[in-house]
Amino acid sequence: MNLFRSHVLVCAGAGCVSSGCLSTEAALIDEIAQLGLDREIKVIETGCIGTCDLGPVLVVYPEGIFYRNVTPTDAKEIAHEHLLKGRIVQRLLYRDPLTSQIVQTYGEMEFFNRQLRVALRNTGVINPEAIEEYIARDGYEALARVLTAWSREEVIATIKASELRGRGGAGFPTGLKWQFTAQAHSPVKYVVCNADEGDPGAFMDRSILEGDPHTVIEAMAIAGYAVGASQGYVYVRAEYPLAVKRLQHAINQARDYGFIGDNIFGTGFRFDLEIRVGAGAFVCGEETALIASIEGKRGEPRPRPPYPATKGLWGQPTLINNVETFANICPIILHGAQWYARIGTEKSKGTKVFAVAGNINNTGLVEVPMGITLRQLVFDVCGGIPGGKEFKAAQTGGPSGGCLTKEHLEISMEYESLLQAGSMMGSGGLIVMDEDACMVDMARFFLDFTRDESCGKCTPCRIGTKRMLEILDRITAGEGREGDIDALLVLAENIKSTSLCGLGQSAPNPVLSMLKQFRAEYEAHIYAQRCPAGVCQALLNFNIVPEKCRGCGLCARVCPTAAIKGKPKELYRIERQKCVKCGVCLEKCPFGAIVRA
Amino acid sequence: MKTVDELRKLREQVRDMTKLREGEQEVRIVVAMGTCGIAAGARETLNAMMQEVAARGLTGVSVTPVGCMGLCEREPLVEVNAHGGRTLYAHVNAEKARRIVCEHVEAGRVIEAWVTRN
Ligand SMILES: Cc1cc2nc3c(=O)[nH]c(=O)nc-3n(C[C@H](O)[C@H](O)[C@H](O)COP(=O)(O)O)c2cc1C
Repeated sequence: MNLFRSHVLVCAGAGCVSSGCLSTEAALIDEIAQLGLDREIKVIETGCIGTCDLGPVLVVYPEGIFYRNVTPTDAKEIAHEHLLKGRIVQRLLYRDPLTSQIVQTYGEMEFFNRQLRVALRNTGVINPEAIEEYIARDGYEALARVLTAWSREEVIATIKASELRGRGGAGFPTGLKWQFTAQAHSPVKYVVCNADEGDPGAFMDRSILEGDPHTVIEAMAIAGYAVGASQGYVYVRAEYPLAVKRLQHAINQARDYGFIGDNIFGTGFRFDLEIRVGAGAFVCGEETALIASIEGKRGEPRPRPPYPATKGLWGQPTLINNVETFANICPIILHGAQWYARIGTEKSKGTKVFAVAGNINNTGLVEVPMGITLRQLVFDVCGGIPGGKEFKAAQTGGPSGGCLTKEHLEISMEYESLLQAGSMMGSGGLIVMDEDACMVDMARFFLDFTRDESCGKCTPCRIGTKRMLEILDRITAGEGREGDIDALLVLAENIKSTSLCGLGQSAPNPVLSMLKQFRAEYEAHIYAQRCPAGVCQALLNFNIVPEKCRGCGLCARVCPTAAIKGKPKELYRIERQKCVKCGVCLEKCPFGAIVRA
Repeated sequence: MKTVDELRKLREQVRDMTKLREGEQEVRIVVAMGTCGIAAGARETLNAMMQEVAARGLTGVSVTPVGCMGLCEREPLVEVNAHGGRTLYAHVNAEKARRIVCEHVEAGRVIEAWVTRN
């Protein structure tokens, strides 16, 4: 085998692909060939490295030098300077957002060295399309051990002892679910992987499938052995074409190598896997709707029980787990349940992947031990809020969850404490909001999503979410009325207690938690026609402060609707009826005489 | 893939594919590759080092270029970080490079005659 002195990893997660990493990679490969270095330097496309706002990203090994925002021209410079002459290209290094210090290597970045990567252990490190790289990092060893030396009961006992809980949202103990499915009597059973990932803003499941597809395949085969299933399905949304492509490629490779198919490792065990592509409806992530969708029916939920463990796909016992849940299985088998149970907190073991977005310096994907505080996550790992702004709130659990405020900064990020705070873990989406966010508008955004995604099967969800949205629309339009808040609360309680599935049962959560934490903001909208954060257009008014206005007339000249009237050297005025609230005058006034309120 | 043994054998063969990315190497060979180094033949030195490492099947060894070390008249310069020590060799041509890999890196004997000190 040829020895490469250097590996250059090119992050090819979907985020970096959008920021142009493929042309950067092409330029790099081209320049390496031009310099005659192609037998010394290997370029490897990996899955998501996690620093999505810094893409395209390159990591050069063995030094571990981390380059960010690399254009094709930059890539040529890196080839010339660093790869040929060993001179690190300083201007392309990362700068810590808090200290402004230049950071050379991957390992020195707070963003990485505060993480503990279990589910993401290979993501961003290996080439997801090369099964050999997965094998080199102990891939398929867990399956080999389990099939040749472990009983089904031992596998289930190990997963139970690890205290792993489902990462799809509800946090149900995974080992118990495996046990229930194993105990169901039937010659035909199924294993299903839920890769629907409908929470807007969450993308850990996509990143795992794109970056380390074999870990899901291997875990599903282990699950098949444990519960007595020989067929598996991965349900992925069609909006994830790269994940589907890499997963299909991995399934084919695994089949060629005999890791799935008939008589695996000569043990007589058979397990095979197919992908089912869903059209991308939020409700299809709900397990019974997902099963209906695989069966070719409308993606609508049905009442439980019976649970899928007893009556699932085509009426047979079915184990359904989330992608990230499966990604934890092989490390647990290889390192032991005790190793895993030592990570995290008493009731929430292991790590959790968070997709961090919003007003935050490092948007991206991070995996941290359960029990990390919100403050550590937002400020230490993700570099805090940009532009010197203040932290206002963080939404966890996406459209089913709630918000955490400044008072919650010391909260331990785990299932129970988040529920207690009126939020939830959900799939691990974390949207950070700074002082400029309007909590009525945010609640409206999430409710608009759930209203749109409601499948319509049950009335409370179909009509109730619409009624709530209408009220929020009015409030943000400045037409809020006495009694609106009470009506929201009553509707919310009714929808929660009478909806058929988790979608409706959780849809009012963002409104409830934001009302609880920021009620005064709602009242300001309704009673004072004022949006304190200055977001709701209809409630904004621009005024000229007489003491500051020098009568220069610049505002009148830049106003696109000629809404500002006055004479030079005298006080100018804004005509409310004509003003379209674009804010140009405020931006241009040299004396800060225009205010928004 | 029929047996577990086959899997483990294959893993041994492919281990090196990802080893470079897994933190510290036991031996780090650094070749000064500023323009001065390249002019003095550091490319050939680097290539020879890599070929020798591969030929001997050594693992846990990295060969990396670095910029000019500032001792231009003693180029090509090679620094070997191995067995707890740090050694700087001067005027390392391809031939010397191969001997350094074989005697110092593999067998652990520093070749004193070629060592340079500032
Ligand atoms: C509206 C709704 C959407 C859901 N979306 C997802 C999803 O996208 N991915 C997922 O894994 N679980 C989703 N779930 C949870 C699943 O129903 C189920 O609990 C989960 O797949 C079980 O896997 P786990 O035990 O590994 O978490 C959703 C639930 C509801 C009610």
